[in-house]
Amino acid sequence: MIHKHDLLIVGAGLAGLRAGVETSKYHDVAILSKLFPTRSHSGAAQGGIAAALGNEEHDTVEWHIFDSVKGSDYLGDQDAITMMCSEAPDAIYELEHMGVPFSRTKDGKIAQRQFGGHTKEVKDEQGNIKRLPVIRACYAADRTGHVLLHTLYEQCVKNNVRFYSEYFVLSLIIRDGVCRGLTAFNLRDGQIHTFHAKAVMFGTGGYGRAFRVTSNAYANSGDGVAIAFRAGIPLEDMEFVQFHPTGLYPLGILVTEGARGEGGYLKNRNGDRFMKEYAPTVMELAPRDMVTRSIQTEINEGRGIDGKDFVNLDLTHIGAAKLKERLPEITGFAKTYAGIDPVKQPIPILPTAHYSMGGIPVTLKGEVLADEKGNTVTGFYAAGECACVSVHGANRLGTNSLLDAVIHGRRTGKTLVEFLRTAELSPMPEDAEDNDKKIFADLYDTKKGENCDKIRVRLKEEMMNKCGVFRNEKDLNSMLDTIHELKSMYKNVAMMDKSKVFNTEMQEIFELRNLLEFSDAIVTGALARQECRGAHWRTDHPTRDDVNWLKHSIAFKTEKGIELKYKPVIITKYQPQERKY
Amino acid sequence: MKVTLNIRRFNPEKDEKPYRKDYEIDVPETFRILDCLDKVKWDIDGELAYRRSCSHGICGSDAMMINGKNMLACQVLVKDFKKKYITIDPIPSLPVIKDLIVNMDSFFKKYEVVKPYLISKEQPPVKERLQSQADRELIDEAVNCILCGACSASCPSLWSNENYLGPAAMLKAYRFIFDSRDDAADERLDIVDTTDGLWRCHTIFNCVEVCPKEINLTWHISQMKKKCAMREL
Repeated sequence: MIHKHDLLIVGAGLAGLRAGVETSKYHDVAILSKLFPTRSHSGAAQGGIAAALGNEEHDTVEWHIFDSVKGSDYLGDQDAITMMCSEAPDAIYELEHMGVPFSRTKDGKIAQRQFGGHTKEVKDEQGNIKRLPVIRACYAADRTGHVLLHTLYEQCVKNNVRFYSEYFVLSLIIRDGVCRGLTAFNLRDGQIHTFHAKAVMFGTGGYGRAFRVTSNAYANSGDGVAIAFRAGIPLEDMEFVQFHPTGLYPLGILVTEGARGEGGYLKNRNGDRFMKEYAPTVMELAPRDMVTRSIQTEINEGRGIDGKDFVNLDLTHIGAAKLKERLPEITGFAKTYAGIDPVKQPIPILPTAHYSMGGIPVTLKGEVLADEKGNTVTGFYAAGECACVSVHGANRLGTNSLLDAVIHGRRTGKTLVEFLRTAELSPMPEDAEDNDKKIFADLYDTKKGENCDKIRVRLKEEMMNKCGVFRNEKDLNSMLDTIHELKSMYKNVAMMDKSKVFNTEMQEIFELRNLLEFSDAIVTGALARQECRGAHWRTDHPTRDDVNWLKHSIAFKTEKGIELKYKPVIITKYQPQERKY
Repeated sequence: MKVTLNIRRFNPEKDEKPYRKDYEIDVPETFRILDCLDKVKWDIDGELAYRRSCSHGICGSDAMMINGKNMLACQVLVKDFKKKYITIDPIPSLPVIKDLIVNMDSFFKKYEVVKPYLISKEQPPVKERLQSQADRELIDEAVNCILCGACSASCPSLWSNENYLGPAAMLKAYRFIFDSRDDAADERLDIVDTTDGLWRCHTIFNCVEVCPKEINLTWHISQMKKKCAMREL
């Protein structure tokens, strides 16, 4: 079956829905998702969305820019960061106007809280400038992503956006440098459908599911990133994967950084607030990469609780009333999954795979880049976690992810409104579905073969151990061997379910294909990058190397394997400095 | 820990009618019911179909009936059950597509009926609209809804009359009627002030008992009933 629309957006999280709101006023827009839209993982974001509103104390856009540049370990492109932070206040007000139920200050403004790496300049008694935590994260209790997601979905319903829920994308159709649409299978009937559009936008989210311990949803299998890669699009800075410091032990469910923003302490087995050893001025509110490494170091050196692989997040001094008002969701998680009451007991936490700084390279307008030289692919756009602008560089600051999704969803939407005014439908090749049909036929024919889950479990386990918080050449080489072995096993994967309707096993098999695809790019990039920068930490090359590595990696899929090229970082105002907090 | 899941199965391509089957599995006591279903799917029968995503109670994908009560499979651990023989069914009253997956189209149609979006008739200010903490408090529970469907699928009034809007759609109506920034309370009250709306709620409280976000739906419905009664005076 063939469907035609002006614009096809894939992914119904914050980036996709925000672009949907922007474009649906003027064009025929459809949003396709493998889930029902409000199930998207943007809804799991808890702590806040950054903007220098100054509702709680004096703050400036310039400080937000500086913090994001420094937080990125100077790998973020400063033109992009400047634009994002400058547009932030207006974008937040606009969300409020759409109906987002933010928590409120006493005088009725949008409430804000502290978050890691966000600072203000203050002069001490000697007149020296110090940087201390600032109140910048706009929030709705610890359900900020949930209320943003639902509000944007509501706006799309209001604008009569056409949704295709529970469709799984198989292939992006790009011919002669022009994107013409995609193929997808409808989970409800198991049929392959072709979507023909003047433009396609990906807002498909991240890929934490490649790691054993993760805060990410089952859905976060990096589909968009892998599908683009298979279609010949390069991937940028894939080696930078953020491990969030506080995943609930042992599953890794997110415990918001807002818990530390509200005053929570991190403590080791001796009851010490160990962050004083690693980041004496901002303590628990250091950026995530630093807090994560500090926690992992405490665990590795035997100072985890009872010598185990977790430390404590202590909120007991915050008080029951404030926890109920500001952090109700994580209080509930701790009770349900760990059986502890955060009012009285500390929460056991460990680092958890959380966010993908890298992804599909895009311009500031959301156009997908075809190479490291700045050429674009006509008709293909991307925003949010699946894209790399790059505003997060080597390490994203907390609350900048929701901001990135909203700002670039909006910007890409505006670009598309203009593009679609004059764009024509390019012909859809007749063989668009052929490759997918062959893969389907093979899956239905194969009687015996490899078990999908076994391949996936091994990938996740080894990615955690060999390509996690601390990395080295030996482990990364071994990981590459594993990926190649798993990829050849995957060729013989067998599907038990031979039915068409809601064949969720087939979905898992396609997700595994995507996990293997982009994991190769992560490890290849990590092996090449012989330095420590942000979330990428090489114990065998223990310093940042601006002379050789102040550059973005761009991975290309070739017949011989992955080929890496590089492009310069855009530096406008802030020259790289040593990164201390 | 040894657990037996007794699951209601139905594959429309093979089965004339649903049947039940036992699956014995050995799992850690900290396993969620969702993890148990995964274990069955990955180790025993890849055909087993259910929805899931976030796995910690915020996306609303995996509402199902566990031991006769609607809940999220990701929000309950095996150790929380005294008896280790656990029955699992799709949430009732919605058409079953396959195994634990139901067709939620009618549920979302009802959501759309109540105009689930802010309607403001004034031009917004340059910055945010102000809202007092007390006004924000009025919608605090209502905005937590994750649209999992556990409430509406547990409602006897909806079982006996499929045209009833149901508690989830009514909660959404409340969320906007009581939002101090919204200007369309009357339009929405007209929609819910009907026999298939508010007045079909007979305060049975099933919805309140099953809501995984602990929202007191019946209270919210009663506030709208009050508002309707007031406007007739």
